[in-house]
Amino acid sequence: MNIPAVRAIFVSEMARWFRTISQSLIAPVISTSLYFVVFGSAIGSRMSEVDGVGYAAFLVPGLAMLSILTQSLSNAAFGIYITKWSGTIYELLSAPVSWVEAVTGYVGAAAAKSVLLGLVIILTARLFVSFEIVHPVWMVAFLLLTAVTFSLFGFAIGIWAGNFEQLQIVPLLVVTPLTFLGGSFYSVKMLPPFWQKVTLLNPVVYLVSGFRWSFYGRGDVAVGVSLAMALVFLAICLAVISWIFKTGYKLKN
Amino acid sequence: MQAIIDIAGLAKSYKSGFQALKSVDLQIGEGEIFALLGPNGAGKTTLISIVCGIVRATAGRVTVAGHDVVREYRAARAAIGLVPQELTVDAFAKVADTVAYSRGLFRKGRDTAHVEHVLKELSLFDKRDSMVMALSGGMKRRVMIAKALAHEPRILFLDEPTAGVDVELRRDMWAMIRRLRDTGVTVILTTHYIEEAEEMADRVGVIRRGEIILVEEKAALMRKLGRKQLTVQLRRPLVALPGELAPFDLERSANGLALTYTFDAQAADTGIAGLMRQLAACGLDVVDLQTRQSSLEDIFVSLVSEAS
Ligand SMILES: Nc1ncnc2c1ncn2[C@@H]1O[C@H](COP(=O)(O)OP(=O)(O)OP(=O)(O)O)[C@@H](O)[C@H]1O
Ligand SMILES: [Mg+2]
Repeated sequence: MNIPAVRAIFVSEMARWFRTISQSLIAPVISTSLYFVVFGSAIGSRMSEVDGVGYAAFLVPGLAMLSILTQSLSNAAFGIYITKWSGTIYELLSAPVSWVEAVTGYVGAAAAKSVLLGLVIILTARLFVSFEIVHPVWMVAFLLLTAVTFSLFGFAIGIWAGNFEQLQIVPLLVVTPLTFLGGSFYSVKMLPPFWQKVTLLNPVVYLVSGFRWSFYGRGDVAVGVSLAMALVFLAICLAVISWIFKTGYKLKN
Repeated sequence: MQAIIDIAGLAKSYKSGFQALKSVDLQIGEGEIFALLGPNGAGKTTLISIVCGIVRATAGRVTVAGHDVVREYRAARAAIGLVPQELTVDAFAKVADTVAYSRGLFRKGRDTAHVEHVLKELSLFDKRDSMVMALSGGMKRRVMIAKALAHEPRILFLDEPTAGVDVELRRDMWAMIRRLRDTGVTVILTTHYIEEAEEMADRVGVIRRGEIILVEEKAALMRKLGRKQLTVQLRRPLVALPGELAPFDLERSANGLALTYTFDAQAADTGIAGLMRQLAACGLDVVDLQTRQSSLEDIFVSLVSEAS
């Protein structure tokens, strides 16, 4: 294992993030605060409890998850895409670095960023709403699992994308709808029975549910199911990435 | 010669179906400076990219320091530093950081002394805290060289290192390449500037349309293919060449004061003695003589046009 290479990639990716720390961190914090002002305070006060918790508190894990998903995806996709686009990928391809090491560096950095972001959002939320976290260890576990899975997914998109439009299209057309329909703002139990079934096809439901369970001890599906599904998505993403590198898809001609 | 790079039967067809390399065989000796010459699109970059692991070969085999570049890519690549043709640097990084990054990729920890040495060698030390994007094009090229040297490679590939570089930087680069060679580093450079190959290289390879059409010691090449020219300065201008001189195929200068005779320096009879006798017989007064060896450029141009 070429650890210095993993470290070098990780450090340079993090440096890129810190250079734009205002966009990277402050923007999501502001938008999350706005969510809480609008949904939590203005609307939430008129809503009854959802699943045994106040609506504002109910929102916290979902909103954090929403940011983690989208940021993991865009950070990882952007990181490798820029390397490709600027041509600096030549260095990575000609270095004694295995694809496992390259992915670890890039995805590790993307995941680290979104975990930090997730924690900052949860802390910000705490300023608006009071809540306890029942299973903090599981909370961190779900946070990590989601961040890594979606960073892998983003990495694959970054490699696949041939231009900036393609880089945006998957997050925009697929992931954003899935996250909004993934039970971030509502409990799946609030849906009509038919849609409850349909919604179970949405991978995000399991992640949000598991994450919410770690906060309040209950979710839309059993936590074991959440965990299993999260691991399945992780495995799928790993398989896709390893296929990309085994075949040299879009990397080597 | 101990080969540090061994290329056998290397072929490459791009997805478009274009065959950029057709069964290339080439050995590079340890510690030599090898210049790969060839017109645009000849396949120089493709060849280098395969050796460095950026492009996959369609057929053939490459070993670097005894390691197969595909199966033992780690060991093979660890020996190589690459300065690609295109100017591609992380514009938003600091100079020192991007050089340290390259070192890390090659499994080396932060050796600030070495990085400092490389930066100083390339006159980048004052710029170490500048953002790459704030540097001039020539400076960026130096950064790319610094990155390639950051991990102390045994082999350095320079793909057209002096394209778009001013005379001073070019001299600096040549000096640096010589110093590298003195420390035992093998240098492979591609260039369009034939003077560069002539000045620097121990051996020269010429590639054309994906085929190596010649590999030769530079000195031997110049000797073998080198045509010499003898220029005779006359005291009085010559209006027309006398018939007796016709067999020598002389070239008369515009003012008629100089005659140029081209001959093969290796020939048993260069014809110079006969020419001198004829000149005397024609009553031409010779005031000066010069001979000139044809340059690598002449050789190159004649090779490439010959093969077409
Ligand atoms: N990715 C690619 N896809 C298709 N064809 C390519 C690709 N890269 C290079 N080629 C073709 O392969 C041939 C060799 O290209 P290469 O870049 O190796 O030439 P070169 O000798 O380095 O030329 P130059 O002196 O202009 O740098 C060219 O005809 C080029 O058009
Ligand atoms: Mg080239």
